[in-house]
Amino acid sequence: MAEGSVRLWVGSEDFDPGAELDRLAAGDQTIGALASFIGLVRGAADHVTAMTLEHYPGMTEKQIASLIATARQKWRLDRVTVLHRVGRLLPGDRIVFVGVAARHRGDALAACEFLIDWLKTRAPFWKLEEGPDGEHWVAARNEDEEKARLWEKR
Amino acid sequence: MKIVYFASLRRQLGIAEEVVAPPPDIETVRQLLAWLGDRSQTHLQALAGQSRLMVAINQDYAGLESRVAAGDEIAFFPPVTGG
Repeated sequence: MAEGSVRLWVGSEDFDPGAELDRLAAGDQTIGALASFIGLVRGAADHVTAMTLEHYPGMTEKQIASLIATARQKWRLDRVTVLHRVGRLLPGDRIVFVGVAARHRGDALAACEFLIDWLKTRAPFWKLEEGPDGEHWVAARNEDEEKARLWEKR
Repeated sequence: MKIVYFASLRRQLGIAEEVVAPPPDIETVRQLLAWLGDRSQTHLQALAGQSRLMVAINQDYAGLESRVAAGDEIAFFPPVTGG
């Protein structure tokens, strides 16, 4: 996988998932599989009215680049895109996009799940939720850490 | 040495970063935390009050026994919740 086949971006603007998927496959007919994950701000049931994401500029990119490098060692991948938004978002808004292009679906699907699982526990982002009771910082979930750890056994 | 704080820790401390010059016998993250806590009650409460304090040195994850040096950027923050 060449250097230029990694697209990594952190910013406040929204992204276009369709355009991102097209971009992952464009111009390379050896790619046979695209897998993607999109995370959204969950609203209604959790009574969240808005969410503000902050991050550690520099470390975020460094950690995600390192996760992508690990994924490249584990699976045969052609291209990887990771986009993550920061700032204030509303229920239904897109937060994160992970897209993987590979020759075969097994590599694409596994690498995509690996990347989002590890991103959740390693990339330095924090969520501040707003709801009817005011603001509160989202607590890290043990299940997320355990899910990421499972990859060490695979 | 630059120290940066994020999320709930930044709010509790009321600062996002500070430049400090600990004495040369402060060699590890653990010692640095103790030194910061000795200097300020606010720091002591905020840092000691974290159930799982995370630390990074020069933007890589580190531990309490990791070595710190004068030119380092040390970050303290609560567990991450992105994605």
